[in-house]
Amino acid sequence: MLELKSLYRVFRDPDTMAALAASIAKDAAHLSEPLNIMEVCGGHTHTIMKYGLPGLLPSNIRFIHGPGCPVCIMPKERIDQAAILAAQPGVILLTLGDMMRVPGSHGSLAQQRAKGLDIRALYDPLDALAIARDNPGKTVIYFAIGFETSTPMTAVLLEQAERLGLDNLLFHINHVLVPPAMDAVMAEPATKVNAFIGPAHVSVIAGADIYRPAADKYHTPVVVSGFEPVDLMESILRLVRQKNDGRSEVEIQYSRAVTAEGNRTAQAKVNQVMEVRDEFRWRGLGPIPKSALKLRDEYQHRDAERVYGERLPIVEIDDHKACQCGDILRGLADPTDCRVFGRGCTPQTPLGSCMVSSEGACNAYYRYSGGPNVL
Amino acid sequence: MSFKQSTSLKQIQLAHGGGGLEMAKLIRELFFTAFDNPILAAEEDAAVLNLSGPCAFTTDSFTVSPLFFAGGDIGKLAIAGTVNDLAMMGAEPQYLSLALVIEEGFELAKLKTIIQSMAAELAKSGARIVCGDTKVVPKGCADGLFVNTTGVGRVLRPGLSAAKLQPGDAILVSGDIGRHGAAILMAREGLQLESDLISDCASLWQVVEQLLALPFELHAMRDATRGGIAAVLNEWAVRSGVGIALEEARLPISDEVQGLCELYGFEATDLANEGTFVLALPKRDAEGALEVLRRFDGGSKAAIIGEVCEDHAGRVVLTTAWGGRRYLDLPQGELLPRIC
Repeated sequence: MLELKSLYRVFRDPDTMAALAASIAKDAAHLSEPLNIMEVCGGHTHTIMKYGLPGLLPSNIRFIHGPGCPVCIMPKERIDQAAILAAQPGVILLTLGDMMRVPGSHGSLAQQRAKGLDIRALYDPLDALAIARDNPGKTVIYFAIGFETSTPMTAVLLEQAERLGLDNLLFHINHVLVPPAMDAVMAEPATKVNAFIGPAHVSVIAGADIYRPAADKYHTPVVVSGFEPVDLMESILRLVRQKNDGRSEVEIQYSRAVTAEGNRTAQAKVNQVMEVRDEFRWRGLGPIPKSALKLRDEYQHRDAERVYGERLPIVEIDDHKACQCGDILRGLADPTDCRVFGRGCTPQTPLGSCMVSSEGACNAYYRYSGGPNVL
Repeated sequence: MSFKQSTSLKQIQLAHGGGGLEMAKLIRELFFTAFDNPILAAEEDAAVLNLSGPCAFTTDSFTVSPLFFAGGDIGKLAIAGTVNDLAMMGAEPQYLSLALVIEEGFELAKLKTIIQSMAAELAKSGARIVCGDTKVVPKGCADGLFVNTTGVGRVLRPGLSAAKLQPGDAILVSGDIGRHGAAILMAREGLQLESDLISDCASLWQVVEQLLALPFELHAMRDATRGGIAAVLNEWAVRSGVGIALEEARLPISDEVQGLCELYGFEATDLANEGTFVLALPKRDAEGALEVLRRFDGGSKAAIIGEVCEDHAGRVVLTTAWGGRRYLDLPQGELLPRIC
């Protein structure tokens, strides 16, 4: 086992945290307007809440939670498509983690599994190869989700399936892209966002430069941050300093893993098998042009959307009327603003997927701060 | 089928649960030999027990995959689990029942290993298996082996309860947390991790007996099984109508467990323990109790992790090393690894 403790201990050091908190307080006193930082990625939201960071910051710095959770932004019709695929004769449906819990029109995939459908959560997408190999008489469909971070794994899985001749492994592609979602957030006239913490895992693959257009167009500083408490505090300090200096640059705080151009090999693998879709409907944000990927024509034999196309409804299905996930994902509301938060909507009985996911903002608020009695 | 033929079988057959010759042989040669005691050997319809005064009574079913894991197996788990449930109520474990649901085709050698493991674990507390039941179900109807154990014990210290916590109590944990849950996750197909991590699976009666023998004013004890210490402390906070304040830096967590949590996005406080318990008692007795806990196997990392307070009634508040605070909530749903 790796000595992981040595890798993260320094990033949770109490003295460093106290020093950063003091520097932020000192510099933030000079801000001409409140700093409303959108942390686009749900992983950052959870770090912020899990480590109690808001309590260390002055009142003119606040977080606005963004749409960067692959589970939260999945519209219901796509989950329904997954359930329909799983119900086809001889199909094994595979997906990742929290996707099992998101409510579709007829319950979650976990509930469909309890009814007898063969739906499995993978630890590693490449486990799909063994499942396809061990079930030659069945059609194995990988319900692929995630941002730029997880897309290369899907591309590698497809490449391996081709190489091994596993013709019974199909894909339902739901991979989405971060920059168009940031544009959608900033296009909202009521947005208060004036700084971004850039999703770091995304940039490990896609590079930090993907945020440069947003920084230029909206005059917002962007800092690509790691996920440890010290990473986030340092990133906040950098944002405060950029704002005080009147700069709107893309800075890489997470330099131990992120470069400006990203992982070119991974990008090439993705480009080889996938291309940008004309449009994809995001939960809460609506249809966003060029915001998602699909399989290229030469891989249509592996595309579950094409193979089972006639059976997959494409009618848009809206969320429960009381659910305010849309406003939360657009950065217009906090989880605690939602009138069903913690009452009609809890992790056990979620109305919306922001309450489901271990990257969802509502889940983070409910779990770590108890909602209305925020610590 | 002749008696001779049946003895050469290496797998459990439906006949082993049929009530006939094969079942009698299995019970006598395997179970009675391993759990030898006069009450069981009497083979009556029910065990006749000598009970007096307040008794604790508990039951638990065990379904674990894989059946064998680093640090134990389903048999050890079933005995330790029931012994510990009794011990946590201040009761000396005395009599256990054992019910097995075995899947047709289950390897006899594995069953023997599991039964012997149970016998070895029983010896640590002095409890005895005095009655039992065996069912064999067709292939595909069970995941190898399901075990149920029920236990009865004599209450030596009445009044221990989840509802008895008081502001000012110290909260102790008897060892490092999350090892069983982490060991099981690592043993499952799919993770393919290498580690020296072993489950904490163990009977706790010996250490509890020592605690009961000393004049500590114990308020509550609970083995932190499924749901980990997060589940125990949340239940205590609700049942006692108090808040519980934990210091994150004081939580004893091994490097291996923390490593798994970092990799998969879990929290050690949510992971199961099978030989680690949480204890609430007045602060004045905390250091003394800690000394007792540290004397026993697996107790070297025992620690005072927090205290009971009047604020935040019904909730557990975790304070980070730099003073950030957040709730430690109940674990929810299946433990699934994070997506990215």
